Amino acid sequence: MSADFLNLIEVILNGLMAGVMYALVALGFVLIFKASGIFNYAQGVMALFAALTLVGLQQGQVPFAHLIKAVTGLDVHHWWSMPTLLALLVTVGVMILFAFLVERLILKHLVNQEPIILFMATIGLAYFMEGFGDLMWGSEIKKLDIGIPSGGSFWLEEATIGWAAEGERYFGMYIDLLDVWATVIAVLLVVSLMLFSQYTKTGRALRAVADDHQAALSVGISLRTIWVIVWSIAGFVALVAGIMWGSKLGVQFSLSLIALKALPVLMLGGFTSIPGAIVGGLIIGVGEKVFEFAIGPMIGGATENWFAYVLALLFLVFRPQGLFGEKIIERV
Amino acid sequence: MGSMEGPMSETVTADGRTIGGVLMEMRGITLRFGGVTAIKDISFDIREGEIRAIIGPNGAGKSSMLNVINGFYHPQDGEIWVRGKKRRALRPHQIAHQGIARTFQNIALFKGMTTLDNIMTGRFTKMRAPWWQQAVWAGPAEREETANREIVERIIDFLEIQPIRKTPVGRLPYGMQKRVELGRALAAEPKLLLLDEPMAGMNVEEKEDMSRFILDVNDEFGTTIALIEHDMGVVMDLSDRVVVLDYGQKIGDGTPADVRNDQAVIDAYLGVPHD
Ligand SMILES: Nc1ncnc2c1ncn2[C@@H]1O[C@H](COP(=O)(O)OP(=O)(O)OP(=O)(O)O)[C@@H](O)[C@H]1O
Ligand SMILES: [Mg+2]
Repeated sequence: MSADFLNLIEVILNGLMAGVMYALVALGFVLIFKASGIFNYAQGVMALFAALTLVGLQQGQVPFAHLIKAVTGLDVHHWWSMPTLLALLVTVGVMILFAFLVERLILKHLVNQEPIILFMATIGLAYFMEGFGDLMWGSEIKKLDIGIPSGGSFWLEEATIGWAAEGERYFGMYIDLLDVWATVIAVLLVVSLMLFSQYTKTGRALRAVADDHQAALSVGISLRTIWVIVWSIAGFVALVAGIMWGSKLGVQFSLSLIALKALPVLMLGGFTSIPGAIVGGLIIGVGEKVFEFAIGPMIGGATENWFAYVLALLFLVFRPQGLFGEKIIERV
Repeated sequence: MGSMEGPMSETVTADGRTIGGVLMEMRGITLRFGGVTAIKDISFDIREGEIRAIIGPNGAGKSSMLNVINGFYHPQDGEIWVRGKKRRALRPHQIAHQGIARTFQNIALFKGMTTLDNIMTGRFTKMRAPWWQQAVWAGPAEREETANREIVERIIDFLEIQPIRKTPVGRLPYGMQKRVELGRALAAEPKLLLLDEPMAGMNVEEKEDMSRFILDVNDEFGTTIALIEHDMGVVMDLSDRVVVLDYGQKIGDGTPADVRNDQAVIDAYLGVPHD
């Protein structure tokens, strides 16, 4: 095999793994959109907030330390560093509480409003959470480590180093273990979500609400309960995404911008399709890496910033309903 | 017109079914949408075990009445009494939990789901296992799922829809969708079943099947049924009593025979102009 070919495989593998991460973020959007028709602008900030909470608990930060100091003059900034597993559980609890509050304080009052109003509400929510997260945990960049292995896989490098053709310079394939683990975890998460929604009463209720609100009510499903559940699941997905991206890039404001990566994925996959979010994520992940690898050097690189959007725009023009979305036919 | 406000005691019909006391009573219901009065001061009752038809021309307020009964609409005026107790304002999903199931005029199925899952969703009010047990597929949740699945299979047999068990309902022909929707409502084992034009758009054969199912449900399970229907032949065959609406008002109430010979009803159907 030629070294170029091996490099291409490496690029594709890395693209697939990046794609899984994009898909994970997009999944959070799709879940909420399907159940309530809301485009949740705050999905990215939810990932940031979840990661901040996790790090904060893990490192034993005192929440609102700055505020406490400003008000009472007490300088408390450290109490008890929770073991990782406990910190994870508490963070999940916090995200469920968050879902509950969102339903109580926002959704409940906006039932039957125009989608644009709900969208605006989530913009407000995003900025509020961003500020709230800062106030609670501070705004400095934090390192997140929950024990997921990271760094290049030596095993793979060793195993592949001899694959190149005789006489070519090749140092083996480079794949970050963190990406591998992230992929495994994301796949497990998606599979369990699918099983839950297929084979349980609550899962069926989730699908029912996604299909038809009136019919769902008529069989006794409370929309408000379902919304709490859906936002909890989206919160959990945000936590997982926050952990993956946070472990890679550190926990900081820019984490919330991963939502921007999900946007083209959604345009590709459609806003209502879970398989669409996954396949869309993979296409964008692989597409942008391969494009950068093959075409990037010819046009000065840095194509990863815009490639996904151009691809999504092309899709919008030729297939506005997305890969798996139902064709939109206006009733006349 | 002949009044049918019968005694509270039980009566036995010609075909041997028992009709009991009043299950639900509408008292002076008025429902407005902005300037439109969809229902104007309507009172009638539904007795235990009967098939009660609601008929009337287009826009008469029939569907609105069903929507009031199952809580989609909240009337500006009037009360609903259930078994002698005044019902407080409830949300639709709470009313479902009280044993009222329904179908819709414009089929409202869960399009992405199979026939089986649609009907299974109809069991929602009967399943109690908490979500965390469902999530790990724990013993009680699993047993509950299996038991309810068996009940759903019986409904599928009853409605003769075994061949489409696993078909996503969006792909089924119209008549079959109506049948699945009936199945979903039956799955709740309701004490009151509301059917909004269960036979609209069906061919003769499909109508006969649907009529048979409705009669069997009423006969075998004693389910009380309130149904809206335009086909007078079907109404005459199925119903014990008929209430007739026109422009949001009640213009007739009685046995099918009474109602058919009532001048006001005939006028409404022939389109005699209102003055
Ligand atoms: N949600 C609503 N908003 C505004 N007006 C409504 C609404 N629902 C019903 N109406 C109005 O109330 C009146 C009665 O409508 P309804 O659907 O109850 O009639 P119907 O007897 O079921 O007629 P059809 O036989 O055509 O189904 C109509 O004038 C209708 O336009
Ligand atoms: Mg109607």
